[in-house]
Amino acid sequence: MSLVRRWLAEGTAQRWLAGACVMIALTMIGGLVAVVVDVAGRFFWPRPLVEVTLTDGSKVLGEVWDREPDPASPSGTRIRLKVGNRDLSAVDFRWIRHSEIRQESVPADAWLLERQENGNFYGFPRRLEVESGSLAAADPQFRQTLQRMATEAHRLLEEERILLRRVGRQHAPVAKLMALVAGAQRRGVDTRELETRLAAAQAREDDATRPAMKRLVAVREALAQGTLVMGTAEGQEKAIPVATIVRAVPENTLRGWKKLGLYISRWWEFLAGQPRESNTEGGILPAIFGTALMVLLMTVAVVPLGVVTAVYLNEYAREGTFTNAVRLALANLAGVPSIVFGAFGLAFFVYTLGGSIDRLFFADVLPTPTFGTGGILWASLTLALLTLPVVVVATEEGLQAVPQAVRDGARALGATRWQTLRRVVLPYATPGILTGAILAVARGAGEVAPLMLTGVVKLAPSMPFDGIPPFLHLDRKFMHLGFYIYDVGFQSPNVEAGKPMVYAAVLVLLVLVVVLNLAAITLRNRLRRKLRGSAV
Amino acid sequence: MSGAGAALVTRNLVAGFENTEVLKGVTVEVPPRGVTALIGPSGCGKSTLLRCFNRMNDHLPGFFRRGEVLVEGRDAYDPSWPLEALRFQVGMVFQKPNPFPLSVRENVLFGPRLAGVSKSDILEEILVRSLTRAQLWDEVKDRLGASALEFSGGQQQRLCIARALASAPGIVLLDEPASALDPIATAKLEETIRELAQEIAVLLVTHNMQQAARVAHRTAFLYLGRLVEEGETTQLFAAPREKLTEEYVTGRFG
Repeated sequence: MSLVRRWLAEGTAQRWLAGACVMIALTMIGGLVAVVVDVAGRFFWPRPLVEVTLTDGSKVLGEVWDREPDPASPSGTRIRLKVGNRDLSAVDFRWIRHSEIRQESVPADAWLLERQENGNFYGFPRRLEVESGSLAAADPQFRQTLQRMATEAHRLLEEERILLRRVGRQHAPVAKLMALVAGAQRRGVDTRELETRLAAAQAREDDATRPAMKRLVAVREALAQGTLVMGTAEGQEKAIPVATIVRAVPENTLRGWKKLGLYISRWWEFLAGQPRESNTEGGILPAIFGTALMVLLMTVAVVPLGVVTAVYLNEYAREGTFTNAVRLALANLAGVPSIVFGAFGLAFFVYTLGGSIDRLFFADVLPTPTFGTGGILWASLTLALLTLPVVVVATEEGLQAVPQAVRDGARALGATRWQTLRRVVLPYATPGILTGAILAVARGAGEVAPLMLTGVVKLAPSMPFDGIPPFLHLDRKFMHLGFYIYDVGFQSPNVEAGKPMVYAAVLVLLVLVVVLNLAAITLRNRLRRKLRGSAV
Repeated sequence: MSGAGAALVTRNLVAGFENTEVLKGVTVEVPPRGVTALIGPSGCGKSTLLRCFNRMNDHLPGFFRRGEVLVEGRDAYDPSWPLEALRFQVGMVFQKPNPFPLSVRENVLFGPRLAGVSKSDILEEILVRSLTRAQLWDEVKDRLGASALEFSGGQQQRLCIARALASAPGIVLLDEPASALDPIATAKLEETIRELAQEIAVLLVTHNMQQAARVAHRTAFLYLGRLVEEGETTQLFAAPREKLTEEYVTGRFG
């Protein structure tokens, strides 16, 4: 008994308990990161293409994604096979009981085609068909010819993209006039003059874009030329235009560096590419960009506002009922569910503020909204409001940590209150302010719910920052990693195929937040070292 | 001492906070050259008196004052004399070194920059002169861009003196400047103070009677908010007129 009492008095038990709590926390965080890194890391690595012969004699070709216990028979297992070929069979995945399998093989001539549309195709190359005839897969020239055609197709696709952009740019005056006409018609105003101008603009657009359109037609014709005929495991044949192939990979013959090269190129496509197939394939560049820009705009909005609020509360306002009420309100603000901020952002920023801006500055295109609809500006401001308490509290702590002796020193040298604040107190409180910014960034980068009401979209036609003046388009809708994760993971028509993309996106989001935090923490520590110096 | 020409004068100064009178009618004069020490037990009003001369008490809650405070013959509380201008004239150094988290250079030039000096050659001259007068120049001349917080406590305190000197004040107030320093740094600081006092008036608050004896030309003994005795330091320590002074300087109380 006394032993136990001594044990408790010395704090040994408490120490072990504390250690256990730390371990649990670390295990959970570590586990989360490990799962994400594991799934995301393996996703882009080439898998062998397996041809399965079933007991009924039919054959299936695909990638083995998982081997798992069969819920129907307790002792049996089943495999999850990605069979792709959605244009032929409509299902992307098949679950095959182990008992149904007669034979498994890894055919050397099986290819994986990653395509612009309809997802992956698994099969065996048969022949290339071009205008001049066809080339059998067994021909020694086959691979080179396919490579050459793919290179040519990519060049043409790039040209198509440039042509489309050029044509699109010519369309801006017409689009503007069409909006004006629509607005005038709604208001019942005479539109004859506008319509004349519209017709003239359309004529001008046609003239200006005629050469580009002509070239575009030629490019598209050229793109339609050349198809790769593939055979499936069941023996069907399918002709696939070379231009729609992103990658043709003979996965089973890849070795070493080639595998690594494919892995890296797939990651690069994911990070720097545009999304395809309602986001379940391709890249997430617009989402990464949208997230980073949104966090940046939010920080630019929240830090000055939070710092000024904290300075007023801490330096100017007389301590009393008012300051206590403000602090209480801020503390409660921090506890409000984020969806409520989203609703507020929608009602106040989007409808009230945005609507007023539209009526004042964009009235001629109404009812088409410009700022009166969700956009990156309103989303950023909503999140700024959400993270305001964090910044205020951290800044106040930073200000309270400034020694009275240093303030007195500045006053005694003849500095006014403002000069003391500006030249001594604020520099001294910078680490605290940066702490607030770091916490705000960490919080803001992870929020999704308020964004869904204030401007995030599944697929944005254009990024909020581009080469078209005024370059930063604050009224545009944007894509966001958090929303991408929710959308692809839970709203996608092809959840199973998109799942690893979700893990990869989570990994990217984690890395993005860690990088943003590390940058701010490094900056803060450097300042802190400078401020603390050696002790007095 | 005659009133004319004195650097600092108070006449019947009553001052305190809220309902407590800390100073109960103090009349004292500080000559324009030399060190004047203020001694007395804790809570006797030394610091409050010192802070009346540059009006630092004004920032404390509930401060009140009656009676005259003259700085170089002019009323320190004259509303037409801006607080900031007064403080350019009356420098102050605090108990603990309080350098700003800036470079040595920017610490020293803080006052001149506030006063609107912007020509770099003038600033450079002020920098060198202030650091030299504070006897710090040789130690920091190669590290003027380094953060002031990287230096030792004694160096920081002399930097604070240099900072106070940069506005070329006629008077420097020192509020127990050696209380946070070790004996060697204290000795160095006292030497600096003695040198300084050849040109300007120094008012030194100290609870260390040996220090007053070593440094001060004149000493004033304050007790419970009243000035008990004021005179030449040697005379005050060797042959005090008042019994209370004798008891205090011989260490019988305080």
